[in-house]
Amino acid sequence: MKNIIKKLLISVAALIFSINVFAATEQSLLVANNNPHDVESLQRGARNFMNYCSGCHSAEYVRYEVIASDLGLSDQQVKEYLMFNAQQTFETINTSMLEVDAAGWFGQAPPDLSLMARAKGTDYIYTFLKSFYIDKSSPTGVDNVVLAGTSMPNVLWELQGHQVNLEEDGINHLELEIQGKMSPEEFDFFLRDTVNFLEYMSEPIRNARRALGIKVLFFLAFFLSLAYFLKKEIWKDIK
Amino acid sequence: MTEKVDQSKRHFLTIATAVTGSAGIAFAAVPFLSSLKPSARARALGAPVEVPLGSLEPGEMVRVVWRGKLVYVLRRTEEMLQRLSGVTEFLRDPNSADTELQPSYASNEHRSVDPEFLVVEGSCTHLGCAPIPQFEVTPSTDWFGGFFCPCHGSKFDLSGRVYKGVPAPTNLKVPPYSFTQTNVITIGIDSGNA
Amino acid sequence: MVDKENKQAESSSKLLDWIDQRFPYTETMKQHITEYYASKNFNIWYVFGVLAMVILVIQLFTGIFLTMNYKPSADDAFSSVEYIMRDVEWGWLIRYMHSTGASFFFIVVYLHMFRAMLYGSYKKPRELIWIIGMLIFIVLMAEAFAGYLLPWGQMSYWGAQVIISIFGAIPFIGEALVEIIRGDYSISDITLNRFFALHVIALPLALVALIFVHIVALHEVGSNNPDGIEIKEHKDHNGIPIDGVAFHPYHTSKDLVAIIIFLMIFSFVVFFAPDMGGYFLEYANFEKANPTATPEHIVPVWYFTPFYALLRAVPDKLGGAIAMGLAVILPLFLPWLDRAKVKSIRYRGWIYKTALTSFAISFVSLGVLGVLPAEGIYISLARFFGLIYFAFFILMPYYSKIDKTKPVPNRVT
Repeated sequence: MKNIIKKLLISVAALIFSINVFAATEQSLLVANNNPHDVESLQRGARNFMNYCSGCHSAEYVRYEVIASDLGLSDQQVKEYLMFNAQQTFETINTSMLEVDAAGWFGQAPPDLSLMARAKGTDYIYTFLKSFYIDKSSPTGVDNVVLAGTSMPNVLWELQGHQVNLEEDGINHLELEIQGKMSPEEFDFFLRDTVNFLEYMSEPIRNARRALGIKVLFFLAFFLSLAYFLKKEIWKDIK
Repeated sequence: MTEKVDQSKRHFLTIATAVTGSAGIAFAAVPFLSSLKPSARARALGAPVEVPLGSLEPGEMVRVVWRGKLVYVLRRTEEMLQRLSGVTEFLRDPNSADTELQPSYASNEHRSVDPEFLVVEGSCTHLGCAPIPQFEVTPSTDWFGGFFCPCHGSKFDLSGRVYKGVPAPTNLKVPPYSFTQTNVITIGIDSGNA
Repeated sequence: MVDKENKQAESSSKLLDWIDQRFPYTETMKQHITEYYASKNFNIWYVFGVLAMVILVIQLFTGIFLTMNYKPSADDAFSSVEYIMRDVEWGWLIRYMHSTGASFFFIVVYLHMFRAMLYGSYKKPRELIWIIGMLIFIVLMAEAFAGYLLPWGQMSYWGAQVIISIFGAIPFIGEALVEIIRGDYSISDITLNRFFALHVIALPLALVALIFVHIVALHEVGSNNPDGIEIKEHKDHNGIPIDGVAFHPYHTSKDLVAIIIFLMIFSFVVFFAPDMGGYFLEYANFEKANPTATPEHIVPVWYFTPFYALLRAVPDKLGGAIAMGLAVILPLFLPWLDRAKVKSIRYRGWIYKTALTSFAISFVSLGVLGVLPAEGIYISLARFFGLIYFAFFILMPYYSKIDKTKPVPNRVT
């Protein structure tokens, strides 16, 4: 009986783990490899986000004061370096671009990015930002291998440069044709920081929750040992 | 012999388990009870309000809202300030003895940090109507300018102190505030705490 | 010293007397806790009932505090959840406990039901406990379904859209029924509001009432045990079952250990893996519901997937709906489908053991298939396992009768 259950559990586990919930996209994703504990990376990512993304994308659930305390920045620093169109640190990251205008210009309003890293994953966003290529037939002049037909222009072209897609038999192959301000390695670092910050924004409490979890588990382990010995002691009555 | 030892071990374990369990429940209660505190949004909406004074003329009053309450900021003239001592005998609480109504730095005749600027809540202490400013002196004997509540006729002087013989029982409330910059009052940040 | 203690004991017994004259407190304590006897050989399969109660308490408590901050309108629901996650102090923990609790509720309930199948706990005289339990299961599914709409994410919206439209397959009343459920011509703010009422009040009340009745029915006949023998058949000269031990302090102390182990596993998920790889908190639900953009893969939450797989296995819309409904209803009849003379699997023959093992494998496989797209070999597999699922019940009157059982002992082992 026990053996049957064991075999069952193992085969089920194997089945489940072989499924990738992200099986949606054909494109295999590059790994972002960001470190959520690297505060300096998050600070650079915050700067990158405000400089390159916040013009069009809001992060309407993220307050500047929370970024300040989580990233070790003073109110002064946040006001000076990150707050472009807000007055108070308790405000959230909002874009000045009106949704109705954006929808008119791009066909679709740029989505809010507060939760994008949780919805799509950091690897997806990292790969997406790396995968723009020149497409003269598109209204933005570019297309993207991860999300074909995207209405987002390649905002990072200055840093990355321009790529072309040497597609063969339906297999995409991107190559850098024109150099940008950053080398490919530098650009990867830039993206990693940015995606790190996006992941942070999608769940600011992440690091704190894990730290608390360890304490909770230790307490429960201690409690368990007491309860276990108590049970053993009480059941001594029973043959 | 063995039975007695078992009993005390059992007793000890029961107590130890019960105490640990209670501690666990206390720990678990903290998040739930804390969630009842004002959230970040409540704190944001109730955040201090800055009132720049640069464009406020002498004798002029401006209204702002702080934590859902109406607050009056009045720039008093020298002449208005001189009138404050003459009205003492008509007031219920001229020395602001009721400490609930103003921070310690406003426990004086002008009920403010700087005599020139009065900061009071625009809420009559009777039933909460917004008193109307009436700063001119009228020919009657006891009115030297101040606030008049239209709802039931309560009167307050130029420091928001309540007159005798009116329905309102106490002086107008002074909220916590401070001069965060030379010409800026921030309502919600206490002087000495800023 | 002794006098003081005696005085204290005297006044507390006086208080107790006062209460007992007006309320059956001591009597209830004795009947249901200190002098209620259950078998001494309970194994791990017997822990899931009490764990389900613990989870119920967790869900009720966290649910109340979530309701303090959640806004049940299409415009505000999604943001109010993020408000809870970010602005409300400790809101994130309350939310994760609730979402994790929902999934664990089903893990525990499925295992609880499986115990009944292992040890024949649905057989006479416990048929009614089983029926009430099945009703609890159905109400629980409705509760989870209503609750899942509330975050108003993409999966909330589209999952509800798909499942509610299934009712449209019912002939004659289908379309009208769907409109009544939705309260509108498509899933909308109106639907959200009424699902909120169902999830927060109507269904929890029904759940609590059913659980109370479930336990009353259980205490009337007493628990089963892994050997499937009735311990009440062998009582000592005091009228106490020889193989029984008092619920308190024996089962309470044992259950406490199980509860703490459960809390450790629960806490691990809450603090380290609340998403559970997208199974407990689906990734698509981190996007606000968009009625104009359908997600690529619409799947119900993992605990509904076995039934969803059965729904899709039948190529006809009405047929699929009937299959799904039957899959939920059939277990209700187990007490009468099972013709074996013995209760516990320990004394059944190889036929039943094979049948139950196949059923378990099919149920889990159907669950896995429910998450996968209905393409290629997955379709055939779903049909294959679906057949086994139904065969388990439909053929049971036959194979349970011919199964060669072993002699059942007199006392528990």
